[in-house]
Amino acid sequence: MINASDRAGDAVIECRNLWKIFGSRADEAMQAVKTHGLSKTEIRDQFDCVVGVQDASFSVAEGEIFCIMGLSGSGKSTLIRHVNRLIEPTSGEMFIEGNDINGLGAAALRELRATKIGMVFQNMALLPHRNVRDNVAFALEVRGISKDERFAIADRALESVELDGWNDRYPDELSGGMQQRVGLARAIAADPHILLMDEPFSALDPLIRRQLQDQFMQLAAEMRKTTLFITHDLDEAIRIGDRIAIMKDGALVQIGTPEEIVTEPADEYVSDFVAGISKLNLVTAQKVMEPIDAYEGRMGPVNQSNCPVADLHDSLDSLVDASIDSDQPIVVRSDGKNVGVVTKRALLRGIQGRMHEDDDVLQRQQTQQASEDERELSRG
Amino acid sequence: MAKKSTEFDFLDPFQSLNIPIAGWADGIKEWAISNRENIQPIKNQLNWMINHIEDGLQAVPPVIMLVIVGLLAWQMAGRRVAIIVLACLICMGLLDPRAWGLAMTTLSIVVTSVILCTIIGVPLGILAGKNNIFQTSMRPVLDTMQTIPAFVYLVPVVLLVGIGNVSGVLVTIIFALPPIVRLTALGIRQVNPSVVEAARAFGATPGQILVKVELPLATPTIMAGLNQTIMMSLSMVVIASMIAVKGFGNEVLRAMGRLDAGKAIVGGLGIVIIAIVLDRMSQGLGQSERERGHRHWWQGGPVGVVLRAIGKDTSH
Repeated sequence: MINASDRAGDAVIECRNLWKIFGSRADEAMQAVKTHGLSKTEIRDQFDCVVGVQDASFSVAEGEIFCIMGLSGSGKSTLIRHVNRLIEPTSGEMFIEGNDINGLGAAALRELRATKIGMVFQNMALLPHRNVRDNVAFALEVRGISKDERFAIADRALESVELDGWNDRYPDELSGGMQQRVGLARAIAADPHILLMDEPFSALDPLIRRQLQDQFMQLAAEMRKTTLFITHDLDEAIRIGDRIAIMKDGALVQIGTPEEIVTEPADEYVSDFVAGISKLNLVTAQKVMEPIDAYEGRMGPVNQSNCPVADLHDSLDSLVDASIDSDQPIVVRSDGKNVGVVTKRALLRGIQGRMHEDDDVLQRQQTQQASEDERELSRG
Repeated sequence: MAKKSTEFDFLDPFQSLNIPIAGWADGIKEWAISNRENIQPIKNQLNWMINHIEDGLQAVPPVIMLVIVGLLAWQMAGRRVAIIVLACLICMGLLDPRAWGLAMTTLSIVVTSVILCTIIGVPLGILAGKNNIFQTSMRPVLDTMQTIPAFVYLVPVVLLVGIGNVSGVLVTIIFALPPIVRLTALGIRQVNPSVVEAARAFGATPGQILVKVELPLATPTIMAGLNQTIMMSLSMVVIASMIAVKGFGNEVLRAMGRLDAGKAIVGGLGIVIIAIVLDRMSQGLGQSERERGHRHWWQGGPVGVVLRAIGKDTSH
């Protein structure tokens, strides 16, 4: 997996070869997997066991927001529950700040959960018999922190999610979005290093979801907490995540930055997902440009004076802005040097997300003239 | 055990094959008689408890008792129930000059039984709610306790502890214990598992989860069980009167012997009225917080009135 080993030094969460098999014969099935490499269907048929997580490895660096994206049943909620050991793994290791949590005793594990890890749940899971302040103070209460102190902390946490004034209300008096903000306040009240977010915004309607995403990103930027964020919505993952892992049938099929996921999908499954995603703000000039040497070899020297200019890291959106009033290709510059050229064709294909499709076409066109190229484009 | 000396018959094997259960039961009887001394301390403790409760109830003048019960009903179940309860109790007092005293005697047996049922039943219910094996093994025991005719265990209990209030309470417990066990288990099992998971995720110990999450959320169901237990223990008072328990049940029993319809109706109505009073009051406890509009118990009823009157903030 990408970066699993070279990030190990500063990784806050590190998961190595984690397996979870559900069923009464899980250990036998695990043995069989290790010795014979059985597939999921074979495990189901021979041992009547279900594979929840299949050989998952990833690491999350300090302050990073790491999204795990997958459809329902892909095992993402199972995987996140291994991070605070709400679920025991069948095999594999989970390190939190360098400590293997699967070796912790019950008391040490509770201490870890209460102090280091905050969790937000899809269905809020607030305590209905306690008011909002008591809910938020729960993690502090179980640690035996005095009433005055924990209430003061809870009130501050509620302020940070803009729910001050609701402290004495009960969860069922709040709307779904407000309940989830209470859930978020509860997770951050104990000032944990790590936030686990299990589809926190999935149960909310789109507008409220968007608001909460914005609020969360603002909070995340202030707090810089290491976050593991589960979602079934790729748009959400791209909006929020520094890196994204795509999960399918219990296995992580690709880990990368949003741009990597969108521009270099590892397989058909991922590319199906990213097909509908807007590339405008994700893909940069670097991905769609043709190196300056190749372009000049094909077309002759670039006349830079009447070409629009862009930076290597400009998004497609700004490339569109740059080229909209010009017929000339865009010259991409980096450190004061021309490094590449983005033709209109490459830009449009880039927006479509099909930038590598024309590679062989380009080969054939190497000898053709620029005018023909333009005509071809208008037809296609 | 009359074992017929017939040959074994395939078509009617039960004539020659029998489990000697009646013999075993007789054995239990022998064991009970030989162990009477050992249970005397327990008997004395129970007797002490029943007597004190009864003395306490009898010592309070009826009018004061009316006020106490009225306030209690108001606190537990609201003003409307308090009025119904008071009306019922006044009617009962008017039935017969002796009715009030008989009611207190009956009440003392019921109260003792219910306290003991709660002490025994709630922990058993929690265990059954948490542990499937325990739940499965408890079920036939509870079924037996609830359905076996009282006359079957009346005799062994009397042989073991003799007649009187203590055996009356024991017999009542056998009959009235199952609902509170069952409903406590049900209440624990009905708690939303995601809430329990959240409590675990924030580092709560199993004990904290039980006390801070599961029991509060199961309380309405447990209270419904308590209500059933109260009703069932009240329905045992007539049967318990056969082993010399005093009170309304004894009135009914004696009236039956003498074909005295008047006395029978006094006893019968008395039991009904106590049943209504206890039922309405205990149902108030079964309301969930949400139904009460998220008020703490001290924010309503007479306590709330007093607190507001002395100017204490009851909002939190």
